[in-house]
Amino acid sequence: MADPMKIRAVSRNNVADVRVLMAHEMETGQRKDSSGNLVPAWYINEVTASHNGKPVMRAHWGPAISKNPYLQFKIKDAKKGDKVSITWVDNKGEKRTDEVTVG
Amino acid sequence: MKTGKTFLAGLLTLGGLLSAPGVALAQNTQAEIERYRQMLGDGNPAELLVMRGEGLWKQKRGPKQVSLETCDLGKGPGVLQGAYAELPRYFADTDTVMDAESRLVHCMVTLQGIARADAVKNPFSGTGQRQTDIEALVAFVVEESRGETINVPQKHPKEIAAYQRGEKIFFYRAGPYDFSCASCHAEDGKRIRLQDLPNLLKPEPAQRAFATWPAYRVSQGAMRTMQWRLYDCFRQQRFPEMDFISPASVDLITYLGVRAQGGKMDSPAIKR
Repeated sequence: MADPMKIRAVSRNNVADVRVLMAHEMETGQRKDSSGNLVPAWYINEVTASHNGKPVMRAHWGPAISKNPYLQFKIKDAKKGDKVSITWVDNKGEKRTDEVTVG
Repeated sequence: MKTGKTFLAGLLTLGGLLSAPGVALAQNTQAEIERYRQMLGDGNPAELLVMRGEGLWKQKRGPKQVSLETCDLGKGPGVLQGAYAELPRYFADTDTVMDAESRLVHCMVTLQGIARADAVKNPFSGTGQRQTDIEALVAFVVEESRGETINVPQKHPKEIAAYQRGEKIFFYRAGPYDFSCASCHAEDGKRIRLQDLPNLLKPEPAQRAFATWPAYRVSQGAMRTMQWRLYDCFRQQRFPEMDFISPASVDLITYLGVRAQGGKMDSPAIKR
């Protein structure tokens, strides 16, 4: 089971600053373990953000993104009390969604 | 006479000129490392571990299927705020001085019925491995003491004895390198590779060191606990392996904690 994300969203002048920290191993598929075998690739390949249920961003990611990725972006016309939800899907099909209220 | 003075002044100026760039460079490096830490501080991955730890703390686990919510970390059952800042301390129920990790293991054994051998097995995650449960729990517990004043007690005779033994260990030179903790941590300006080492005999660096462990190590991609810090210091000194939550480790943490008295906890921190 995937660990929860840490999402912070603060609105200022009607623009919400969203900061997301995701818990993921982000294995590139290039690394070898101690016995010399390749560690299989395992990374987030899609991240979507929604504002009050409406999709506002979709990102295609790859193995070049670091472990425990940090993502920051802004949403226009987002007020205090709005809902921001983030979903990621990895190459194994595992997914995780977390939601916060804009503060 | 007059020329002599001018010559001397000239030398001083030259000295000033020569040393200035070196000092500036060192300060810049330090400032840049600080800036890097601040940038990372906004997205400290240890926060993810804190959340996992909180889940583990509240989850009913072990053969007895109970949570750790009634675990007494020294300020009463279930009281977390400020608890870490006052550990290690004497606990009457075990009649020993215990640090945060010893106490968490104690609670896992007594409350949840987990076998002690299982609780202390593999306390630190390896490279590329998932962080251990105990690391997650420590992250959560220490986060609850952020901003609290370090006040490791020295009232009970056993607490005083622990401090004294810790001090002895700190200055004890041994191993193939004839090292002690003090070899690196009792003088200003010492460093290992590029990392400045704190002089733990001075209050300010001692406070900063104690306040910022546990910390997320960027280079290892993992949060490390105080027990790990000492374990790895012992390894670097080529000392015999330090057992997890051994009396020696608790004594040394007591010594460091008492020396850091008055500092403000700022952990989990983030380090290079």
